[in-house]
Amino acid sequence: MTMSNNESLISEQNLRDKLTKLSNEIKIKKWDLGASIGKDTSVQIDKGEPKQIKASQKSSITIRVWNKENAVGITSTSDLSEAGLRKALNSAFSASEFANKLESPNFSKLSQNALPNLQRPIGQSLGVKKLLAYLIEAESKLLDKHNSIKSIPYNGFAESKYERVYINSDGAFRHMESTQASLYLYARAEEEGRKPRSSGSIKLAYAADDINIEECINEAAEKTLRHLNYQPIKTNKYLICFKPEAFLDLLTSFSNIYNARSIIDGISLSNKNSIGEQISSNIMSLSDEGLHKDNFGACTFDGEGTPTQNITLIDSGILKNLIHSEATARIFGCNPTGHAGIGAKVSVSPDWPVIYKTKGETAKYPDLQFQHTKEEFVLVENLHALHAGIKSSQGSFSLPFDGWLVKNGEQISIESATIAGDIKNLLKNIIQIEDDNQSTHQGVCPHIWVDELAVTGDA
Amino acid sequence: MKVALTKARFSENFLKTDQIDDHLKRNLEELLAYGISAGADFVEIFIENIDSIAFLAEQDTVTSVNPSIGKGVGIRVFLGNKDGFVSTNDFSEQGLKFALDQALGMLGLERNSISKYSFNGLNVINDYGKAKSGYLSLCPSLKESTNKVLEATSLLQKHGPHISVRRGSYSKTFQEVIVASSDGTYGRDLRLYQSIGLNVLALDKQYRSSIGRRIGSAGKPNTLLDWDAEATAKEINESAEKMLYAKYVSAGQMPAVLANKFGGVIFHEACGHLLETTQIERGTTPFEQKLNQQIANKAVTAVDEGLTDGAFGSISMDDEGMETQKTVLIENGILKQFLSDRAGELRTGHNRTGSGRRQSYAFAAASRMRNTYIEKGPYDPNELIESIDNGIYCKSMGGGSVGATGQFNFSVEEGYLIKNGKLTDPVKGATLIGEAKEVMPRISMCANDLDLAAGFCGSISGNINVTVGQPHIKVDSITVGGR
Repeated sequence: MTMSNNESLISEQNLRDKLTKLSNEIKIKKWDLGASIGKDTSVQIDKGEPKQIKASQKSSITIRVWNKENAVGITSTSDLSEAGLRKALNSAFSASEFANKLESPNFSKLSQNALPNLQRPIGQSLGVKKLLAYLIEAESKLLDKHNSIKSIPYNGFAESKYERVYINSDGAFRHMESTQASLYLYARAEEEGRKPRSSGSIKLAYAADDINIEECINEAAEKTLRHLNYQPIKTNKYLICFKPEAFLDLLTSFSNIYNARSIIDGISLSNKNSIGEQISSNIMSLSDEGLHKDNFGACTFDGEGTPTQNITLIDSGILKNLIHSEATARIFGCNPTGHAGIGAKVSVSPDWPVIYKTKGETAKYPDLQFQHTKEEFVLVENLHALHAGIKSSQGSFSLPFDGWLVKNGEQISIESATIAGDIKNLLKNIIQIEDDNQSTHQGVCPHIWVDELAVTGDA
Repeated sequence: MKVALTKARFSENFLKTDQIDDHLKRNLEELLAYGISAGADFVEIFIENIDSIAFLAEQDTVTSVNPSIGKGVGIRVFLGNKDGFVSTNDFSEQGLKFALDQALGMLGLERNSISKYSFNGLNVINDYGKAKSGYLSLCPSLKESTNKVLEATSLLQKHGPHISVRRGSYSKTFQEVIVASSDGTYGRDLRLYQSIGLNVLALDKQYRSSIGRRIGSAGKPNTLLDWDAEATAKEINESAEKMLYAKYVSAGQMPAVLANKFGGVIFHEACGHLLETTQIERGTTPFEQKLNQQIANKAVTAVDEGLTDGAFGSISMDDEGMETQKTVLIENGILKQFLSDRAGELRTGHNRTGSGRRQSYAFAAASRMRNTYIEKGPYDPNELIESIDNGIYCKSMGGGSVGATGQFNFSVEEGYLIKNGKLTDPVKGATLIGEAKEVMPRISMCANDLDLAAGFCGSISGNINVTVGQPHIKVDSITVGGR
C-alpha cells in the first residue's frame, strides 16, 4: 500500500512521442498538452475505528490543437492510451471549428525559458496503516483535551504524489514532481444547555511524517474550546481586526482586482487604466509569490509552460502589476506572468498572495495590536460561505464568521454573526497592519485592522 | 443457486470498445469473487464512461468550447462497518486487480484464489439505459446549441439598457454507468444531463448588480431547443435593473417570505443535509433522535425523490444500483425518514432509500439528495405577503451553506421590503441566518405554487445534480444580515 516514491507515474517522452505521431497522422501541425497524473491515499476515522480509506490513481490531460485558421480547439481526457489520445485529438480538432476567432491563445513566448530552481523535497509515503495509526492517536488526544469535546466529525490524513507535464509542438517540455500531505481535525464541543461549537486546524507538509500533529491537535482544541463560552453580539458597526487567514480569504475572493482576464471580460473592479491607481491604504502592499518557501503546492511553470515568478501587485496601496496569461499579456503588451491555466479561453488565477505592511509608511493607528488593544473591537478568525456571500463583480460581501468581541483585552466568542461591506472601501479604510506576518496554508498575511464594518448578530 | 466461477479472460484493455454493458459480466464476477474469497463482507464495482461538452458565450461570441471524455472504476470493499475505496483510470487486468488488492489491503485482507462457494454471481442485468441509448443523437448539434445560446445573450442586450456583461453557458453530460456488487446487484444506466446558465452584470456609474439563472434537466434531449430564452432574458434583465439602484438592507430579526423555485435551497441546505445518514454517522445532526417527532411546523411536508420527469436530480437507479423512489422526509411537521445509502444503512440502521450518489467513479457513494422540496400548501402567494407588516420578500436566492453545528446562511440575490402587506423598495446585501431546528417550526404558511429549480450540490461524494423547490413560504421570524 505504500506509494513508490522514486517511480515516475508517467513517461513524458513516451507521451510526447505518441502525440507527435498521432498529430502527424491527423495532420495537426500545432498542438500543446497539459497533464496531471497523481496517486492519493486518504483515511478518515470515527471513534478510533477506520471509517473510510481511499486511494486513487488519476490522470487528466488537456490537449489543444490549432487548425489552419489558427483557431484553437481543446479536449480533456483521462485516457492516456493511444486510442484515447487519438480520440481526444480528433475531438479537439472538431471543437476548433467553434473557436473564438477574435482572441486566439498562442504558445507562451516564455514556454522554453529556463525554469526557477525550486528545491523541494519529495516526501516518503507512510502508507495506510501508519496514516490510520497516527489519525486514531490524534483523535484520541483531541478528545482527551476537554470533556466538552464530544467528537471529531471532520478528520482526515492524506498523502499524495503528483506529476505535472507541459509539452508543445515547438519543443517546450516541462515536467515536475511533487508530494504533499495534509491533516485536518475539526472538533465538535457541546455543553449542557448550550449550542454545539466547532472549530479545527489544517496542517500541510511535503510528507506525512513532517506534519506537526501535536500542533494540529492543540490548535483544534484551543480554537474549539475558546468558542465554548459564547455570547450573541449586538448588530452595529465595529472596529475590526482580521486574523491572517480571514483577510487572505477575503482578498483572494476579490482577486479580479489584479486579474487581467477579469479586466478584459469586464467583470473586474479594476479597468484597463487602473495600473498606477491608489486602490488601498498606502500601508498595504501585496505580492504574488508562487515560489514562496511555505507554498507546498508550488509548481515551477503554469498551464502554458510559462515559468512561475514572484510579482509585486500592490505597492504602497498603488496597483503596480496584473497577473497574466499569454493572451492577456499580448493584449496589455507585456510578458505572461506564470498564472495561466490551459484552455481554449485561458483562465488566470493567483498563486500565493503575500500581504505585508509597506516599509516606511506609517499606519493611521499604529498602536492597535490585537493582543494589547483595550478599545472594543471584533476579531475575525474565519470567514465562511465565501461562495455565497461574495459578489466579486460588485465588490460587496456579507459573510458569516467565527470570531470574538474584544473588550478591555477580554475575548468573548461571538455566537453567530455576519460581517458585511465593500472591498474597495475596506481596502482604503485599512488603518493598521501589524508586523506579525504569518504563513498560512493559503498565503502570508499579518493581522489587519479596518475601521467600521457592519456586523449583524442575534442580540 | 451457487454459480461455479472460473477465471474469465480479461480483454487486453478491459474497456477497449468504450462500451459499458453486459459483456463485462464475467470479468466483473471474477473481480467480485476475488474480493469475497479474500474475506470481504461486500464488494462493489462502479464503472463510468463519460462524454461531455461545455461552452461559454460572452456578449455575442462563443469564447470557449470544452469537450471532455473519460472513464474510470471505483471499487469499494466492506468488512463489518469499515470500508476501503479505490478509484483508477487503469482498465487493464493488472490495473483492476491492483486496485482491488489496494481496497482489500486497506481492510487487512489479501486476494487469494477464487472460492466457487463464496459468491453466487451477478443477477440478470437491470438495464435502465436500454431505452435511453438514442438520447445523445436526439440532442441538438453543437452548431444549433451555440446558436441558441448566442440568441439568448443577444436577447439580454435587447431587454436591458444598463447591461454591461452578458454570459451564456451550456453543458451536456452523457454518463454511462454500471454497478456490480457481491450481493448480485447488477445495474446499468445511461444519464443525460443538460444545464443552461444565463448571467448579467448591470452597470451605471458606481452602481452594479449581477443576476443569474440556471435551467437544468435530466433525460430530456430537447431541453435547449425547448427553452424559452426570451422569457429568461427578460426576467433576468428586469431583476438586474431593479437591483441596480437598490439600497443595502438594514440588519435585524424580521418575518420573511421566500419565493418558490430556488428559494428551496434553504430547505436543501439547512434541513435536507441534516437528514442524510452521513450526518448521523458524524453526530452532526440535531434530528438523530427525532424520528416520528415534530421537528417543523404542521404546515410543512417535505419530500426527496428521484422520479419527477426531466428534473435535474432525477435518476432511474442510484449509484449503488438501487431503483429510485419517493421518500417522504417530513409529513405535517413530523420527521418520517432519513436519506440512506448502503454505508448509512450498515452504520445507522436506517433503510436504504435509493439515495447513494456520487459525482463520478472517483468518489464512494454517500447518502445524498435528489429532487428535494416542500410540498404546496393552501394559500395564494399574495396572502403570505399581505400577512406581514414589516419584513422582507426574498424573490431570488443566491447560494449558501450549513456548518458543522447546523447554522446556515444564505445570500439573497433579489429582495424587497414588505411594508403593510405590500412589496416596496428593492434591497441588496441581505443574508438569511439561522439554525434548521429553530427555523423549521417558524414556517407557518405554504402557498399553492410549488415549483422546482436545478442546482449543483457539493458534499462528501463530490458535486452532483439536484433539484430544489418549494412553493412561496412564510417564515415568521429570521435573522437578516445586512449593513
